[in-house]
Amino acid sequence: MTSEITGRTAAELSDLLRAGEVSAVEVTRAHLDRIGAVDGKLHAFLHVAAEGALAAARTVDQARADGAELGALAGVPIAVKDVLATKGVPTTCGSKILEGWVPPYDATLVERLRRAGMPILGKTNMDEFAMGSSTEYSAFGPTYNPWDLNRIPGGSGGGSAAAVAACEAPLGIGTDTGGSIRQPGAVTGTVGAKPTYGGTSRYGLVAFSSSLDTPGPVSRTVLDAALLHQVIAGHDPRDSTSIPQPVPPVVAAARQGASGDLHGVKIGLVQEFSGEGAEPGITAAFRDGVERLVKLGAEIVEVSCPHFEYALPAYYLIAPSECSSNLARFDGVRYGLRTGDDGARALEEVMSLTREAGFGPEVKRRIMLGTYALSAGYYDAYYGQAQKVRTLITRDFQRAFEQVEVLISATTPFVAFRLGARTADPYQMYLADLFTIPSNLYGGPAISVPCGLSEGLPVGLQVMAPTMADDRMYRVAAALESTTSPLSPPDLAESWV
Amino acid sequence: MPAISREEVAHLARLARLAVTESELDTFAGQLDVILQSVARIGDVTAEDIPPTSHAVPLTNVFREDEPLPGLEQGAALAAAPDAEAGRFRVPRILEEEE
Amino acid sequence: MSTMALPSFDDVVVRYEPVIGLEVHVELGTRTKMFCGCRTDFGAEPNTQVCPVCLGLPGSLPVANRAAIEATIRIGLALHCDIASWCRFARKNYFYPDMPKNFQISQYDEPLCTDGYLDVDVDGQTVRVGIERVHLEEDTGKTLHVGGATGRIHGATESLVDYNRAGIPLVEIVTKPIPGTGALAPVVARAYVTELREVVRSLGVSDVRMEQGSLRCDVNTSLQPVGSSEWGTRSETKNVNSLRSVERAVRSEMLRQAAVLDSGGRVVQETRHFHEDTGDTTSGRSKETATDYRYFPEPDLVPIAPDPAWVAELKAVLPEPPRQRRHRLRTEWGVSDHDMQSILNAGAVGLIETTVAAGASPEAARKWWLGELSRRANESGIELGSLPVTPQHVAELQRLIDAGRLTDKLARTVLEGVLAGGGSPSEVMATRGLEVVSDTGALESAVAEAIAANPDVAEKVRSGKVAAAGVLVGAVMKATRGQADARAVRELIISKLS
Ligand SMILES: [Mg+2]
Ligand SMILES: [Zn+2]
Repeated sequence: MTSEITGRTAAELSDLLRAGEVSAVEVTRAHLDRIGAVDGKLHAFLHVAAEGALAAARTVDQARADGAELGALAGVPIAVKDVLATKGVPTTCGSKILEGWVPPYDATLVERLRRAGMPILGKTNMDEFAMGSSTEYSAFGPTYNPWDLNRIPGGSGGGSAAAVAACEAPLGIGTDTGGSIRQPGAVTGTVGAKPTYGGTSRYGLVAFSSSLDTPGPVSRTVLDAALLHQVIAGHDPRDSTSIPQPVPPVVAAARQGASGDLHGVKIGLVQEFSGEGAEPGITAAFRDGVERLVKLGAEIVEVSCPHFEYALPAYYLIAPSECSSNLARFDGVRYGLRTGDDGARALEEVMSLTREAGFGPEVKRRIMLGTYALSAGYYDAYYGQAQKVRTLITRDFQRAFEQVEVLISATTPFVAFRLGARTADPYQMYLADLFTIPSNLYGGPAISVPCGLSEGLPVGLQVMAPTMADDRMYRVAAALESTTSPLSPPDLAESWV
Repeated sequence: MPAISREEVAHLARLARLAVTESELDTFAGQLDVILQSVARIGDVTAEDIPPTSHAVPLTNVFREDEPLPGLEQGAALAAAPDAEAGRFRVPRILEEEE
Repeated sequence: MSTMALPSFDDVVVRYEPVIGLEVHVELGTRTKMFCGCRTDFGAEPNTQVCPVCLGLPGSLPVANRAAIEATIRIGLALHCDIASWCRFARKNYFYPDMPKNFQISQYDEPLCTDGYLDVDVDGQTVRVGIERVHLEEDTGKTLHVGGATGRIHGATESLVDYNRAGIPLVEIVTKPIPGTGALAPVVARAYVTELREVVRSLGVSDVRMEQGSLRCDVNTSLQPVGSSEWGTRSETKNVNSLRSVERAVRSEMLRQAAVLDSGGRVVQETRHFHEDTGDTTSGRSKETATDYRYFPEPDLVPIAPDPAWVAELKAVLPEPPRQRRHRLRTEWGVSDHDMQSILNAGAVGLIETTVAAGASPEAARKWWLGELSRRANESGIELGSLPVTPQHVAELQRLIDAGRLTDKLARTVLEGVLAGGGSPSEVMATRGLEVVSDTGALESAVAEAIAANPDVAEKVRSGKVAAAGVLVGAVMKATRGQADARAVRELIISKLS
């Protein structure tokens, strides 16, 4: 029974639930059982909220029995990245400094999931405060890639991606600041979508880099991502940067794309991202994906975005700068960890000891890097210059979108690497986000969709669209998806007992 | 020559309220130097007359009306406090004067 | 603290030219905080006016309060400032436990209002104080220092933080340096803060109570030798919390710095703290070791671009500037500077204005409010405006006197009744039967009775001893229960006896 349910996509479960062939409680319990069976090996979850999930499921079943009109995903359970505040459910951001913190409020996104009747299975693992590309920087231990337990599931949202890839959940929520939804999607063979910045609310999303953070869907199919996008997106008055416009028709676009027709669609290949930088296997799989898009009738043109090569440095100045300020609040005064308060030490010392003990090395590095970039003498040369480059990158996108409807590239330069392979040299880790960062700096939507295998490991293709044209990326991604049979990892339950 | 010295890193740690250890200082100094050397390329871009982008979305004048909303009860406000006393958050003695 | 002997103030201003500057923080009287919907009531139980946003809980986000933006623009307009067509909030980063996020949302190089001025009157002459900037920021929480002797931070063993005040909108008004005021510097500083308070109060955007901290003042002072062209190093004196203290703080800094310079020392740029008790300042954090605030544009808030039409609208409905209003009324009422000052001090400007509008003469209105009513207010220790008597009542009372229906003595009795809640003067008169007896018949007979009852006195008066008539007047007043006009009675008696 379990695999019959947990193997299903959200869209399929939605139909079964509506047809009354399964109950929300059955679906939720099946996924909880699956978590019980495999998460010991994956460590995708930091906290499993069985009671809450089942209670939510019961409410949905009752409502359906009462003949209430329910949303498309009512009764479909979901895994939420531990960076979103969940009322009454621990929220740690993968950090010791927040261990045991139970928020007194819900993030807007979480509120919308609850309102949509989606049982929250639990909170998923992540690099501490979403800083990382492998989930190895979680203070609570890494998450393992269901395709190969010796490899990383990407990051920072490795937990949600691994959970969805291993069918612990049909859907997940991630947050994408430099690629944290898309890169895990690529290396776990799942779909990861970063909506337009401001298209999904940041209220209740523990900030890493406020001007870049964007929550979005994690799923196994493009349609599922669109269905979830529809639920979580839309204007939120509690987020000043939330866009007061209707949600683009993402579900319709995904369905249209699935028909496999891309005639008259102009797609741009980012010159600067084709060729060097990526592993040969990645490039090969990507080229294959491009050919399939051509077969569907798409017109491919090469587009130059000359400033994309400065995206990585710009990002590693802007993001740490904002993070150094955003993470200042973790000082052991109002919530979270406090160490060294022996009655003799002064506050300043206790604060420093608390932050020293509570933050991991990558977070400390970025806090210091950002503190440096914002310092009086360096502001103009670093943070200021990075913001100007951000403008130039935005102009590159705008110029490109005058010629084409979407841009494509490989999602990440390399397949899932072995644990520990890139922790020694932080900059090697940063390179994982080489192709995903430009969309964050610009604010436009981007999605990673599986497009093949390399060394038996998943490779993702990234589709980038103009701001508030999220529907375009769903259409193209769904079209590409229609040309392959879905990738699924070996079933952990059988092969690693 | 390194982009950042060990002393600078120590200063940053103080500014950021991080009681880093001596050995951490050595490690971070090296790593931050590598990172800064590589991001320094940003300076190659000629951008004098380019306006900086601080916000991805070009919105202005996003306001709320001056109407009270329910907040947290004192108990809920203090619930996560490492230490509280008389309805307030308790902290050790403070060395520096207030701003 | 230096134990240097201080020179005399008169001596100091002969040799040194002071340059002062003032930084005033005004807490706005909005219903809710700057970036969240929490209430701002003063004196609530600790941490009961807080929410995820003003507690800086992880994930929370700010949304700007329109009323606070509007109030700031109105203050800027009242101070003749330019209103920015586009500006941003910025984060001021430093660690302090009364700041929930360990950064303050403020404004840095893009203030909402810039380059204005405020004219203030200092004994007869007008001083124009330049305004550098007016910007909007969020207030901090309140820290209680426990275990120390004075509740001050020094010697405290622990501190307790209440975030009710955290996030209340705070408007910072910074003057340009004010040179050339010489010996008047302390008085100018005080006059500026007084006038600024009047302006803000007239806009109705804050109760500007220094004792409650809704108006806080920092004073910058520097000295330069007379004749020298470049300014001296300035000190910044914090927590100057009364008008009197503003004056004292400038004075004591001038004396202290003069002593330092006289002894060949140099003044260090530093923050100093004013002490109400001793009236002098002690050294705080020196700017050389000051933290680097690492300002950068607040990414969680979008830029403010006030619609010019909106600004024009706000400008059009600004109230009459307090100083202009004072000058107008002073001429209209024909009072001296000195009298106007006592009217101001009594807080009676508005009351007298309304009383006059209700028909009383300026003189009469002033007489009542500064005389009898001020006395009553002082007795019961309340504001003049809080007395249970309206300007309309006062005007009516005066009308009745002018009509001869009340004597001054009777009027005071009637006022008594009004203050006791007996209603309007005429109502009090009716219920208590208080009115001058003008019925001549009744008066004639009362006089006749008095003469008949005192033949010997009457005889004295007839023989020219007019002074003796007093006895008869007294008798008549007694008979009419004091409600007759004594003057009229006397005349009647004398005419009868001659
Ligand atoms: Mg200020
Ligand atoms: Zn609040």
